[in-house]
Amino acid sequence: MSLSLPDLGDLTPTDPNRRQGVLARIHLDLPLLLGLALICAFGSVILYSASGENAAQVERQLVRFGLAFVVLVGVAQIRPEQLYRWSPWLYVLGTLMLIGVLAFGDVGKGAQRWLDLGVIRFQPSEMVKLAVPMMIAWYLADKALPPASSRLAFAAVLIVLPVLLIAKQPDLGTSLLVASAGVFVLFLAGISWRLMGGLLALGAAAAPVLWLLMRDYQKQRVLTFLDPAKDPLGAGYHIIQSKIAIGSGGIWGKGWLNGTQSQLDFLPERHTDFIFAVLSEEFGLVGVVTLLLLYLFVILRGLYIATRAQDTFGRLLAGSLTLVFFVYLFVNAGMVSGLLPVVGVPLPLVSYGGTSLVTLMAGFGMLMSIHTHRKLLPR
Amino acid sequence: MAGRRQKRANRVRRQPVAVPSFVGRRRAVIGLFVVAGAVLVWRGFDQQVLEKDFLQSEGADRYLDRVHQVARRGIVTDRRGEVLALSTPVDSLAADPRVLTADTPNLGLLAEALDMPLRDLQTRLERYAQRRFMYLKKRLPPGRAEYVLKVADAARIDGVHIERKHWRYYPEGEVFAHLLGFTNVNDEGQEGLEKAYDRELRGESGQKLVLRDGRRRVVEDVENIRSPRDGSNLALSLDARLQYFAYRELKAAVHRHRAIAGSAVLLDSRTGEVLAMVNQPGYNPNGNRSNQDGRLRNRALTDVFEPGSTMKPFVVAAALQQGVVDPAALVDTSPGRFRVASFTVSDHKDLGRIDLATLLSRSSNVGAAKLALALDKADYWEVLDALGFGHSAMTGYPAESSGYLPHYRDWVTVDQATLSYGYGVSASALQLAGAYAVLANDGVKLPLSLLKQERVPAGQRILDADVASAVRHMLEGVTGPEGTAPQARVPGYRVAGKTGTVKKLGPDGEYSDDRYRALFVGMAPVSDPRLVMAVIVDEPRGKHYYGGLVAAPVVSNVLAEALRLLNVPPDALEKPQMRLAQLGGAQ
Repeated sequence: MSLSLPDLGDLTPTDPNRRQGVLARIHLDLPLLLGLALICAFGSVILYSASGENAAQVERQLVRFGLAFVVLVGVAQIRPEQLYRWSPWLYVLGTLMLIGVLAFGDVGKGAQRWLDLGVIRFQPSEMVKLAVPMMIAWYLADKALPPASSRLAFAAVLIVLPVLLIAKQPDLGTSLLVASAGVFVLFLAGISWRLMGGLLALGAAAAPVLWLLMRDYQKQRVLTFLDPAKDPLGAGYHIIQSKIAIGSGGIWGKGWLNGTQSQLDFLPERHTDFIFAVLSEEFGLVGVVTLLLLYLFVILRGLYIATRAQDTFGRLLAGSLTLVFFVYLFVNAGMVSGLLPVVGVPLPLVSYGGTSLVTLMAGFGMLMSIHTHRKLLPR
Repeated sequence: MAGRRQKRANRVRRQPVAVPSFVGRRRAVIGLFVVAGAVLVWRGFDQQVLEKDFLQSEGADRYLDRVHQVARRGIVTDRRGEVLALSTPVDSLAADPRVLTADTPNLGLLAEALDMPLRDLQTRLERYAQRRFMYLKKRLPPGRAEYVLKVADAARIDGVHIERKHWRYYPEGEVFAHLLGFTNVNDEGQEGLEKAYDRELRGESGQKLVLRDGRRRVVEDVENIRSPRDGSNLALSLDARLQYFAYRELKAAVHRHRAIAGSAVLLDSRTGEVLAMVNQPGYNPNGNRSNQDGRLRNRALTDVFEPGSTMKPFVVAAALQQGVVDPAALVDTSPGRFRVASFTVSDHKDLGRIDLATLLSRSSNVGAAKLALALDKADYWEVLDALGFGHSAMTGYPAESSGYLPHYRDWVTVDQATLSYGYGVSASALQLAGAYAVLANDGVKLPLSLLKQERVPAGQRILDADVASAVRHMLEGVTGPEGTAPQARVPGYRVAGKTGTVKKLGPDGEYSDDRYRALFVGMAPVSDPRLVMAVIVDEPRGKHYYGGLVAAPVVSNVLAEALRLLNVPPDALEKPQMRLAQLGGAQ
């Protein structure tokens, strides 16, 4: 399994003093930027088809890309030490805002997720997606790794608190992502395999408890996932139409704008959560593999950045953010193709919508910051 | 305690504090990617390669649909092209109650567009909640259904669609109701000519393949599998103007005499075409179609009755045809009664020795019975049989009756006698008019038709021309001052005819003394007959019940209008020389 990471790494200067490109000087990482731009470009093409050739919608999305890119560049300028210092405050602020959302948040689509700050409407759960891995990395970084069990327990509490607050909104998808972000930090911090196994077992044991806590529509989703044909016109409709769209694509796809399932309104949420099905129908297996390779490139680059990070905080944070990106992708592709139950996770960088895009780009900005603010190699 | 601390310290010391290398973690992460990537790619391969055909056909099942293309049903017109029945596309709005539920948002907008209270709409949707189809509103005014659909679209309401059907409309309403019948909701003939000629009128529906979207709307036509073939049009022999007069007059007579029913048939004796056929009670084919009091029945074709005295011309004709008597013969009817076996035939008064014309004009039962008994059974039967008694007129109309004429082998003497004045035999109004048409057409019987004939069909000679003509001229006396029906006269025309006032058979099998049928069958102009009309009024309950008083005026009024409209030259003008010229021209 030697996916040669160093080869990817050679694309960028390892020693900022020796080879300083223009991009590196403004703290941007060229391979990562290139991968993200390609995904966004491919995504826009798919979105044009998925939105029913709605140029205005694609335009809005391009504006969001621009905005998110500005955020990325801005975050990349922040030194990792600064991020490290802000981490606990960001975490506290995010958690307080989550409590605020539950107390007096706006209701949209049956869930309480938005906080109206007068000037802008804001989804605190998005901020927490970054704040939790930062917080855990901050907490674990100042002591030796792997962490002691007592610290591990406290870290677990730090993770569980916001996760529960988000799950209560209810937003299963986001709480899952936040939880995985935290757990990835723990994992990367080197907790023992035995403990990992124990946590997994605990998770499995907690499943029935989780079932009791789930709302009716969430239970419905799980049941539907287990047997979509049970109610093909009701709850199972999404997943059946989605499978049909994917299968209809075949190897080469039906061609751009020619997907019958997508273009004829059979596919629900086709420009947001189910855009992967549009890709599959119109570009076939070839298109799917191409997009997955682009994602793989970005993920491997992110991991490479993590391995080259010079301190524990940077390494843990970079690794966790990259892995969360991977979870994003896997959960969305899995739910659209019927591998996982339907949870509202968009396809990163491709699905229509701005909030998660900005969060993702801010995360990549942190990766770039970690990579480009390195000092001279210590060894 | 100390040991454990020592242990931890060892572990810390063994691993560099600053940057642990985590080779194992990196392998684990990469392994995770490989597995996850493999799962995703395998999933794609499974669905897009292995299950492709199944999933594609599942997809096609959803977006491809065969749609029935309705053929337009043929138009029915009268002989002059007047439209009597036509199909127009009419939209109804239907819903899928599983999609359009009572708690759909913005339902109020839809209710408003449908022009019904929201509460009602919700109640209906709840009632049909378990079904997949229901009508929201049937037969909307043109353009309205599209408007409602547009409103639903704008309000993001799904599950509403248009059901386009052809609606049969009968512009002439009740006037042609019995004859035409009607169609059901699927535009299939249910009654009358709509049923009789359903195959011709219906045409052949087509099929096409269409693309539907997820909201079940047709987006695009893909392929025309079979084009619909519209139904053929049907031109009837009837004349809407004459039909209208006949209907108006019959309805007025039935009303005036407080009768329970009535029928009238007007024939063109030269072609065998039916020009008018009406009944009472009637109904509006565009409205309520309940068969209350048998109002749906086309009595002129389906109901039979004993013709009574209107049968008498045929015993005279048969006797002349067989040479039993000559036209100048006299019949002794004294003393107004005549015993046949144990049965007594009687006239209303003693008419003495009378000629055949008087026999008919004064309607002598005794005279008719004597002529009948003078005839050979078989000869008499053959004439009646050939005239169409006991046979359906074969117009193709559903449930057309053939009446009843007993075979001569079954006759006893009394039957032979009573048959001559119309008891023991039954016929429909059309059959009776058809038999008179033979007299009008100089003895040649033409097939009767409800459809317009392009040329006169081949006929069959039943009576010699001079026999028919002689009987016709004798029947002119009926409308004379001494006859039973001076009310049948038409100014300017010579009218011949015969009255009938027939006792109805009660439920006990006995003839009633106070329930009658009033009949009159007339023809004009006598010199060169063109029109034959039979009118039956069932159970007049007013002051009058005689055929000459109840039915004859209907014939007179209709013939007067018909002769004028058809430009039939008058043969009874006031100026003698012109009348002579007419006679000269005709003979």
